[in-house]
Amino acid sequence: MKLTVASSPHIRGNFRTSRIMMDVVLALMPALAVGAFVLGVRALLVTAVCVVSAVAAEWAYSLATKSRQTIVDGSAVVTGVLLALTLPHTIPLWQAVLGSVFAIVVAKALCGGLGQNVFNPALAGRAFLMLISPLGMTRYQGLDGVTSATPLHHMVFPELPSESVLDMFLGKCPGSIGELSALALLAGGVYLVIRKVISPRIPVAYLGCVAVLTLVFHKTNAPLQWMLYSLFSGGVMLGAIFMATDYATSPATAMGQWIFGVGCGVLTVVFRYYGIFPEGVTYAILLMNAFVWVIDRYTAPRRFGVKKGGAKQ
Amino acid sequence: MKRLFFGGIHPKYNKEMSTGITEFKSIAPKQVVIPMQQHIGAPCTPMVQKGNLVKLGQKIGDGEGLCVPVHASVSGKVVAVEPRPHTSGRDVMAVVIENDFQDTAVEMVGCDDPIEKMDKDAVLHAIREAGIVGMGGAAFPGNVKALSSMGNVDTLIANACECEPYITADDSLLRTNPEQVLKGMRILGTVLQPQRIVLAVEDNKAQAIEKLKTLLPDYPQIEMKVLPTRYPQGAEKQLVQSVTGREVLPGKLPVSVGCAVFNVSTFAAIYRAVRKGMPLTQRIVTISGEAIAQPQNFIVRIGTPFHDLVAAAGGLNDKTERVISGGPMMGFAQKDLSVPVIKATNSILCLLKDVNGAAENPVCLRCGKCVGVCPMLLQPLYMYRFVNSGRLDELQRLNLMDCMECGSCAFTCPGKLPLVETFRKGKGLLREASKK
Repeated sequence: MKLTVASSPHIRGNFRTSRIMMDVVLALMPALAVGAFVLGVRALLVTAVCVVSAVAAEWAYSLATKSRQTIVDGSAVVTGVLLALTLPHTIPLWQAVLGSVFAIVVAKALCGGLGQNVFNPALAGRAFLMLISPLGMTRYQGLDGVTSATPLHHMVFPELPSESVLDMFLGKCPGSIGELSALALLAGGVYLVIRKVISPRIPVAYLGCVAVLTLVFHKTNAPLQWMLYSLFSGGVMLGAIFMATDYATSPATAMGQWIFGVGCGVLTVVFRYYGIFPEGVTYAILLMNAFVWVIDRYTAPRRFGVKKGGAKQ
Repeated sequence: MKRLFFGGIHPKYNKEMSTGITEFKSIAPKQVVIPMQQHIGAPCTPMVQKGNLVKLGQKIGDGEGLCVPVHASVSGKVVAVEPRPHTSGRDVMAVVIENDFQDTAVEMVGCDDPIEKMDKDAVLHAIREAGIVGMGGAAFPGNVKALSSMGNVDTLIANACECEPYITADDSLLRTNPEQVLKGMRILGTVLQPQRIVLAVEDNKAQAIEKLKTLLPDYPQIEMKVLPTRYPQGAEKQLVQSVTGREVLPGKLPVSVGCAVFNVSTFAAIYRAVRKGMPLTQRIVTISGEAIAQPQNFIVRIGTPFHDLVAAAGGLNDKTERVISGGPMMGFAQKDLSVPVIKATNSILCLLKDVNGAAENPVCLRCGKCVGVCPMLLQPLYMYRFVNSGRLDELQRLNLMDCMECGSCAFTCPGKLPLVETFRKGKGLLREASKK
């Protein structure tokens, strides 16, 4: 009998990369379902195109660079779904393909691959599409098939959207495929927290910060409604729960995650209030992504046995 | 549930595997291999030669400095004094004794003085002469720890956490011979005069706790603290934190915060040494794991080769992948089953191939789970990165040397990174650099 001599520990938990990716995809399904139900079957087509092109890009990149094939880890599927959920369902399919390829190849693989990328790949893909096709990215159709303004467009004026808060919570409003229903997104978030895939710190800090800022600096004379519309419109739910919690592009320390969430929240409100686009989530998160390493460094837990500041107990 | 120490994990404990058989068989080995190094410190020098006849309990090796003697665990004839494979992976000088199965013992004289009249120096001397070391795994000489704790500690802790999965040796001791442990605690309590004497046990040992509850009224100076089970609570620094809330300073021992921690098996050995004059020649060893036919606890003579225990437990499964000395989290994988049980061997663990084992291509997702489970408040993901890129300045900043290799991070890592292995390598680099 040949005995293996290897380092401890000799047992490991059953938490696996592929399981995490599977859980994230599952958690996104309610949001996708609402998107398909409200916007029609083209939402599913766009999603399928994004997933297939993301996986194909991952496969082709590994092949072209003669590196290890990494599609089995499932992360390309997650990137594909996430990108699709940030797109309007009317987007030309070639743009969906382009965004996916950019996300996988430029934002992830060229940065060193899984876990090494600085910027969230799906959001980088979306930002890229915003640059090359601002019109394609903002042409939203209403429930009647006519091009219309999203609730967020109303809020620029500023006025409260015509939809009721409840409709927006459930997703009966125009918008990107995955951002319609706060309820569906929250359900996915709760699932991820229960499965211990994410900690609630970043979403709580992010959404809490947006809530407080929009309540205090409300733009209509109905502060509470203004706050609720701010939370349920646009991509802030999708961003806070699924984008800002991306492992590679968010801090690893508990304190860092709180700071990161608050930073994303502040920037989102600032960009929404002062930016040229109605939405600010994408750029808020991408900008905060750049600070992840420095946040981790300065929020390192204190040393065991030494109080903060280096004083002995 | 309130956390008494930082981080930690809940592995599958599998303790019930080895607690089914309650009658502990003693193993009578044909030959024992007694290494001259069974403790932290200087090795013993052999005091016998090939051909000598030795008695059970006879001192066969001793040395100067940080060193405690070793004794013959059987009576018989010395057939070799030579380096032999040791659980540490190196060959270590050992005395090999052919058992004559007579158990002809040396005269053993214990101290009958009432507890309050015991002479402290005599107790420390008896502990040393009995060759007592920390039996939880670290194997620090018992008399040295006791001496350095005298006048410096207000809390004496008996460690019955046994937080590693599978192992039930201390649990078995508490279920069968709790009086020895409590009496040992009382003896050391008289020597150290702490304000508190605490028996710390995790709440997954219900039977032992019940038994102790019935006995504790006779030991008013001892309090039992039942702790919520979580690995690595039995690690010294974590146990001190769980029991007292104090954090041991970096690079220091528990005595730096007024605590002394001994394993419960060590207390039982101290009782036998002081009251009966018995040297440490046997201990309880768990043999367990999915790859062994009949997992159970044995009373084992020090020096018994692993293969004797494996045979007594019904043999190994053909698909056995690893045999480990110690627990699954911090134990050492063995390549050769001729290695002997030593004073600190609490378990022999036989494992099949682990389906969750290390990945072929480990990738760090930066998920940060390792940060959350580290009981020493370290950042394993960055330590891993900087060992691999050789950044010693960063490793220093990240306090890599504080890592105790408990394996909580590696257990939790979804990318299956070889974290502990890498950290050992990193510590080696730091040690080398500090020499220059």
